[in-house]
Amino acid sequence: MKKKISSVKFKGTKEQEAKLLGVINKYKELPGAVMPILQEAQNIYGYLPIEVQTIIADRLDLPLREIFSIATFYSQFSLSPRGKYEVSVCLGTACYVKGSDKILEKVRSILHIDTEECTTDGKFSLTSCRCIGACGLAPVMTINDDVYSRLKPDAVEDILKKYM
Amino acid sequence: MEKNQAEKTINIKINNIAAKAKEGQSILEATKEIGVNIPTLCYLKGMNEIGACRICIVEVKGTKNLVASCVTPVEEGMEILTNSPRVKASRKTTLELLLSTHRKDCLSCVRSGECELQALCKQFGVEDENRYKGAMPKYRQDCSTLHLIRDNSKCILCRRCEAACKNQHVAVIGANNRGFDTQIGCAFEKDLNEVPCISCGQCIVNCPTGALRERDSCGAVMEAINNPQKVVVVHTAPSIRVSLGESFGLNIGANVKGKMVSALRRLGFDKVFDTDFGADMTIVEEANEFVNRIKNNGTLPMITSCCPGWVKFCEHYYPELLENLSTCKSPQQMLGAIIKTWYAEKHNLDAKNIVVVSVMPCTAKKFEIAREYQSAAGSPDTDYTLTTRELVRMIKSACIDFKNLADEDFDPLLGVSTGAGTIFGTTGGVMEAALRTASDILSGGPQRNIEYKEIRGTDAIKEATYKIGGENIKVAVVSGLSNAVKILDKVKAGECEYHFIEVMSCPGGCVNGGGQPIQPSGVRNFADLKATRAKGLYEEDKNLPLRKSHENPTIKVIYETFLGEPCSRQAHKILHTKYTKRSKF
Ligand code: SF4
Ligand code: SF4
Ligand code: FES
Repeated sequence: MKKKISSVKFKGTKEQEAKLLGVINKYKELPGAVMPILQEAQNIYGYLPIEVQTIIADRLDLPLREIFSIATFYSQFSLSPRGKYEVSVCLGTACYVKGSDKILEKVRSILHIDTEECTTDGKFSLTSCRCIGACGLAPVMTINDDVYSRLKPDAVEDILKKYM
Repeated sequence: MEKNQAEKTINIKINNIAAKAKEGQSILEATKEIGVNIPTLCYLKGMNEIGACRICIVEVKGTKNLVASCVTPVEEGMEILTNSPRVKASRKTTLELLLSTHRKDCLSCVRSGECELQALCKQFGVEDENRYKGAMPKYRQDCSTLHLIRDNSKCILCRRCEAACKNQHVAVIGANNRGFDTQIGCAFEKDLNEVPCISCGQCIVNCPTGALRERDSCGAVMEAINNPQKVVVVHTAPSIRVSLGESFGLNIGANVKGKMVSALRRLGFDKVFDTDFGADMTIVEEANEFVNRIKNNGTLPMITSCCPGWVKFCEHYYPELLENLSTCKSPQQMLGAIIKTWYAEKHNLDAKNIVVVSVMPCTAKKFEIAREYQSAAGSPDTDYTLTTRELVRMIKSACIDFKNLADEDFDPLLGVSTGAGTIFGTTGGVMEAALRTASDILSGGPQRNIEYKEIRGTDAIKEATYKIGGENIKVAVVSGLSNAVKILDKVKAGECEYHFIEVMSCPGGCVNGGGQPIQPSGVRNFADLKATRAKGLYEEDKNLPLRKSHENPTIKVIYETFLGEPCSRQAHKILHTKYTKRSKF
């Protein structure tokens, strides 16, 4: 899927930047340095916003677009931060058959975000997943460690409100 | 040892005919040598050898899958079929699949007639352009810049633009995302005007389809011509005369100066001048600036400033070298400035009613005319600039029978130029022209040596040392920005003793500019466009009575009656400019 670019304001800290520069120095001279640097940068920041990719491009003396093209090619990289609350709706077969697509639609319309996006206040992010092994409870939605099962679309709003 | 290997010949069979090939050659090249072409789309020799499009596939006996001939070397005893039913069917299917996500509005597409995709569809008998139906990706046009328009709905993902841009050491466009979502774009899907694109247009001339095109000013120019209140003046860059003819079926490099001038008159321009005059003016100013820098311990090496793609590149990527750039405006801008000041005054014209149009081999000129510090008379020095391609379209739409036109001459005064101005259109030409003038100044009189052969030719980097007026002057000439970077890094590190450097952003200089006629990959990969077009310019230079810029009679008059000395205060006001630091990201 096409990677979504976040509009959430970048909140990187000095400590994170120091860590990133350490990582860049560690790999800098190695061939294929970009992959491990992007991987560790994502661990540090949780995602790879333009500010982070620009630091990497600058230090490696590579065009920003080349970094971006790698970040958008591999599925493990995300351009959007995770929210304080990560909402995940299962679209595995069992959940899907039980109408989880409608649950997802509901969450989308309440939070005004699409999957792989984060609300501008940084509170909620949304993903869809493929089967979390709770098929007996379908359809399932999780918010961080909380699991909501046998969901009806109408119940979604009240659940989300608890976190707002 | 290596050389011997490269020359070792091997025996192969192509389409059942015995043939010899050089070891290491690709199947594509070996086949070309026996007079059979293999179609290509993504392949650009030395630049984009990624084997991605699979239009060049051939059958190789003993190999199960069809192989991409552009990236597969020949081997002893290889039996190759380039034209079998299986090959043809595969090519046709490839084309049909490309068409399934292509916006097929050929009738109104700017590239129609010169599109490689269109030509191949015809060649391989595609009958149903809608054979494969399915999802169409969502596209967004990028119209953000002054010089080009990017339309992914015509893109076939050959990545030639990506390679061309990377070859310019810019690399702001290329393929992002993956699979069906893959699209050409900038980092973070920004518009081109938000990234450090230098407007060179190399992506356009290398694109096989209508996905990349220049922003068109033909309509605005025709409107000015049809406005009786306006005096519309046109001038053409040195390299146009050796490229324009290609679009009318003439040989590459044919000099069509005379026909070009008649065509421009038939289009309705009031005056037809020669940018070569502007080039002469630039040389007089630039050579004097150089001599002043040498005599007064100014910043050296001095670097030429006539290429707007290079200037923008310097501003984005080497801002620390802006002091080294000559402050001279480019020939286009100098001529525009002179038309709107000296010429206007002389002919009692109001500068506001003059429309200056230039015809350039270049898309970066479209950016240049909108720059700050480029309006000597209070309005822009140049109002519109057309690429060679736009001029071709205007000539065709006016139904002018170009090939059969009689030759005509440029208008007097600003149509007068020297051979030094002419060779501006190719790599090495600006330096040679500048040396012709600088050496006369530094030696205190006319010098006999006028040809600086060491800095001619299409080598990417050329260096020479000339003894001029008792000093050893060390010069370098580079074209293509990834080559320039090699020299610039040395200058930055203080590791070189050059006095003077010429940089042109397009490989080979303006003759191979981003605004020049489209030549398909089949021609680009096998003909030396740059050298062939440049040859026409050197021939013209050789046959001109005046070959030094400072001998241009109109220029003498302008200094005597209007500007005073070269690099005088007045000359600075009208003919020089300033630069701006820009971001690298
Ligand atoms: S105009 Fe030149 S710099 Fe800009 S995208 Fe095209 S090739 Fe790259
Ligand atoms: S824009 Fe043109 S050159 Fe670039 S990938 Fe698409 S078709 Fe190829
Ligand atoms: S794969 Fe050979 S030309 Fe594209």
